[in-house]
Amino acid sequence: MKPENLELFEVFIRSKRGLDHKHVGSLHAEDHEQALEYARDVYTRRSEGVSIWVVKSDDICASQEDDAESFYDPSDDKPYRHATYYKLPDPVNNM
Amino acid sequence: MMSATDLKQATLEYALRLGDDSVVLGHRISEWVSNGPFLEEDIALGNVALDYIGRARMFYGYAAELAGDGRTEDDFAYMRDAREYKNLLINELPKGDFAYTQVRQLLVDAFNTGFLAELVKSKDATLAAIAAKASKETRYHLRRSREWVLRLGDGTEESHQRAQTAVDALWGYTFEMFELDELEQQLVDAGIAVDTTRLKAQWEVEIKAILSEATLEIPAGDWAVRGGRVGYHTENLGHLLTDMQSVYRAYPGCQW
Repeated sequence: MKPENLELFEVFIRSKRGLDHKHVGSLHAEDHEQALEYARDVYTRRSEGVSIWVVKSDDICASQEDDAESFYDPSDDKPYRHATYYKLPDPVNNM
Repeated sequence: MMSATDLKQATLEYALRLGDDSVVLGHRISEWVSNGPFLEEDIALGNVALDYIGRARMFYGYAAELAGDGRTEDDFAYMRDAREYKNLLINELPKGDFAYTQVRQLLVDAFNTGFLAELVKSKDATLAAIAAKASKETRYHLRRSREWVLRLGDGTEESHQRAQTAVDALWGYTFEMFELDELEQQLVDAGIAVDTTRLKAQWEVEIKAILSEATLEIPAGDWAVRGGRVGYHTENLGHLLTDMQSVYRAYPGCQW
């Protein structure tokens, strides 16, 4: 088996029930099943997780650096989209 | 019926045997660390090696407790010579190529799965507790080695050839796993040790199914090598112990 034939997988681990899966890193494996096992060996040996997701890196569609302007800049001048923009009436302690 | 003292002595010997099996195979697997075929598998093999070495510590720790003469787990691991080691021979054979390592793991992991499931029922509470802990690890080891043997056996021409060569070379060492000497028979009668003769049928069914799926064949001949449980070893164990014990023997009593 040659390492260059292996595929790259992204690993997501949920550390506690009720929390989200978090991206923890990537690894090489031949298929999903092997990727899950390596994820267990590489990322959870100190009992960090209760659930593991692996996704082929190729299957992730990522936004591009070049898109930043059109994606994010338009919200810069729209502070009213944030809850913190609004003044809360006193009886509301937390929101 | 054995006296309480004899039973304790026999249990100590049994714990040492099981510790020897674990430490020797653990050391063999650890030889892959930094030499694994790729990073992920290197780490995975290191984990398996650590599982075995941790298991050896539990068995040796219990042996030290039974001995009650001041000897420690380190004395058992590092101050005994090859003739005093009682591991099954299959564990001491050199790591070979990757296919050889995984085929050996399959044969041993499948055995351990059945063995530990029985040891959990031992009347000796400590052995039963060690078995309960080790049992979970072993199910994972078996999952790994099974998948690797399927991949290699039913893989390329070269991986198939290497896996088949490994099966042929290792098969003769499997018979010893399912044999009892007088000491173990007495412990079986006392409800402490596992009657390994009863595990063979199920092991064979399981191994045959996996090897057949991997397009590998069980060798025809019935040559068998035995002797580990009485201290007759292959020449490989001496080399392994020289390596493994060198630091402790150069600095007796050192801590790490």
